[in-house]
Amino acid sequence: MMEERRLGIVVSGSLARGVEVRLDGAVSVEDIAVGRYVTIEGEKRRFFGMITDVTLDAIDQRLMTTPPDVSDPFIAEVLSGTSTFGRLHILPSLTIGGDALSLLEGPQQVKTVPTHFSVVHEASEQDVERVFGQVEEKQFYIGTPLDMETRVRLNPGELVKRSNGIFGKSGTGKTFLARLILIGILQEEAAVNLVFDMHSEYGWEGTSEEGRKVKALKQLFPSKVAVFTLDEEGARRRKVSTDFVVEIGYDEIEPEDIAMLRETLGLTDAAVQATYRLARRFGERKWLESFLAMESREEMNELAQSLQEHEATMAALHRRLDSLRRLRFLVPQARDNAIQRILEYLDRGMNVVLEFGRYTDIVAYMLVANLLTRRIHAQYRERMERAMGEDIASPRPLVITIEEAHKFLSHELAGQTIFGTIAREMRKYNVTLLVIDQRPSGIDEEVMSQIGTKITCLLDNERDIDSVLTGVSGKSELKAVLAKLDTKQQTLIFGHAVPMPVVVRTREYGSPQSYKELGFREALELKKQAEEDKDLWG
Amino acid sequence: MSSKIGEVIEASTGEFTAQCYELHRPPPFGSLVKTREGEVEIYGVVSRAETTSIEQGRRPIARGREEKEEEDIYRASPQLEKLLRTDFTALVVGHREGRGGRESEKGGGSGETEKGEKLHHYLPPRPARIHSFVYLCDREEAVQFSQSLDFLSILVGAGVQADELIAASLRHVAAEQPDPQDFLIRSGKELAVLLGGETNRLNTILRRIKW
Ligand SMILES: Nc1ncnc2c1ncn2[C@@H]1O[C@H](COP(=O)(O)OP(=O)(O)O)[C@@H](O)[C@H]1O
Ligand SMILES: [Mg+2]
Repeated sequence: MMEERRLGIVVSGSLARGVEVRLDGAVSVEDIAVGRYVTIEGEKRRFFGMITDVTLDAIDQRLMTTPPDVSDPFIAEVLSGTSTFGRLHILPSLTIGGDALSLLEGPQQVKTVPTHFSVVHEASEQDVERVFGQVEEKQFYIGTPLDMETRVRLNPGELVKRSNGIFGKSGTGKTFLARLILIGILQEEAAVNLVFDMHSEYGWEGTSEEGRKVKALKQLFPSKVAVFTLDEEGARRRKVSTDFVVEIGYDEIEPEDIAMLRETLGLTDAAVQATYRLARRFGERKWLESFLAMESREEMNELAQSLQEHEATMAALHRRLDSLRRLRFLVPQARDNAIQRILEYLDRGMNVVLEFGRYTDIVAYMLVANLLTRRIHAQYRERMERAMGEDIASPRPLVITIEEAHKFLSHELAGQTIFGTIAREMRKYNVTLLVIDQRPSGIDEEVMSQIGTKITCLLDNERDIDSVLTGVSGKSELKAVLAKLDTKQQTLIFGHAVPMPVVVRTREYGSPQSYKELGFREALELKKQAEEDKDLWG
Repeated sequence: MSSKIGEVIEASTGEFTAQCYELHRPPPFGSLVKTREGEVEIYGVVSRAETTSIEQGRRPIARGREEKEEEDIYRASPQLEKLLRTDFTALVVGHREGRGGRESEKGGGSGETEKGEKLHHYLPPRPARIHSFVYLCDREEAVQFSQSLDFLSILVGAGVQADELIAASLRHVAAEQPDPQDFLIRSGKELAVLLGGETNRLNTILRRIKW
């Protein structure tokens, strides 16, 4: 095995906070980056950890007050590592090899720290492979560790066992990451996906920041992906081939769906309560249509009186709900049952992307995502319960992707919405979430703690960082790492699906080469293959 | 080959003084010399040299007023060479066990040469003997001796001219190294550790050994 570069020796530390390493003179602090991996040769074990901080230090403080003549390169070189030296802070996470147990059973969680003066090296590609697992030919990987070539596996099978989150401020690569992860899930058939695609960038094509078009799921895997749309016109204009146009009937909207929109629509509690009364009065399927049909003042006042509501409350509710009319996909009665269609596709193992087209506002998004998810979840739940009772096959695991998750999972709403329920019940009914959000601090703390694997790009708001790291060991160390991520295409992954926190450079997405590596084959190539096969088989 | 340059006339555990066979030709300040005590070779760094009258208390007098060249003074009075002497003192910085008439049988351990001798960078058990010959170490020997920089810790405590001495000796040994620059950087780092917070001393030395 090739000897990796020696970095220094352990000089102090604790299990809770990690260890301090004095950098060798020959190593420049400027060559060190937080997030990189190291190994520490303890007396009995080898430790594997991550650099979380870099500090400058001097043996003698007088050196700082009368700095030596470092304009002279010779003097500067002599002093570096001796009178002045760098210190690394390292968070050891695992032990690898060295002792019999970890050789037999693979990396183990650390339960102690390496002894004084243990030697620290940069981790080798093999070490990283030993920790994250070797990536086989057809297996999905998410990227490479900093300054390394080794591929970091993110096991879709493990991932979908819990709800997961992709976080990061705007423009850091969340959408690109999500696309990759969806492809991983799709390729390894770990689950089927239902994506609520607010900005229409997962189904047919998305754009990169330079305005270049990038292929999305259906272009890459036409036989495994169906694109549903709420905006048929827009889809046609964008030349997206869609599989189904979703309409939602007023008769499908329940008071719960409106309750969810309380904040976004600016409804009072009283107004929300009134919707339930309306439903009782007119019937679950008729209330909205009947209510919106009322046009005269007298009619409204009469209704208010008979329901014992304030007239003003009713008038305000009417005004707010009336604004839903601009959503053209809302119709008195839908021509087809979108929920049934979605379930059919999912049952066949097809992944469904629902594009919102021009309806990019949060009201439309929340209304539809909630409404559909509630019904789909109910079906899953029923089928799972039946499957358990009658010993029949349970439905395929389903991952539902939502953006702007904090709107659905805020502290106020998390207790009531279907998304809060799904996040909390783990995988009980074979449904989990992939939430994408740029403001994780807006997400309910309890929901956050149920998120199995967090994939987070750069965050710069203190509260967002705190909320993502709540309950994680080595929190303050990871905080430093998180705050120092590149603004793009770098991400810190920690939680259930990875053995230890890992900073990766997200694999490139958008070039012909990247599509190929993800398993996409050009039509021409497919045709050639088919002809070759024909030649072969006659 | 190391060349014979003088003879020990005064010795203690930490240093020895020798008289040079040739007047006015002491080994350079900071160079590495060696002498012997029985089977032990003692290494020293030349820390001082002086030329004086052989009779204590009598000083030479000026003689060159009428002469054109300085050398003419000596030519005119050949007995002068006999009345003057050059002595030098070396600070003991290490020793080698087991070199003597016979090859040593000792083996194992660090600081060992091919012949099974042990090189130590600390003081020998006994001082040099009077009238032991003193040799100027050749390149090979200097390089071998300086493979360990432990001798610097002795020089650091050498008194008033310690820093001059360290710088001079490092310049000498460095010149013999295959990669002098690298050697000086390593030495500098060793000194930085030895001198701890004595930044001024460190700076002084470093400026004097700059390659
Ligand atoms: N894995 C990647 N491969 C190629 N480009 C990327 C990748 N990740 C991010 N980018 C670049 O960064 C830009 C922003 O990424 P995006 O996913 O749209 O950010 P976000 O969704 O967080 O706002 C993209 O348009 C693209 O140019
Ligand atoms: Mg985005």
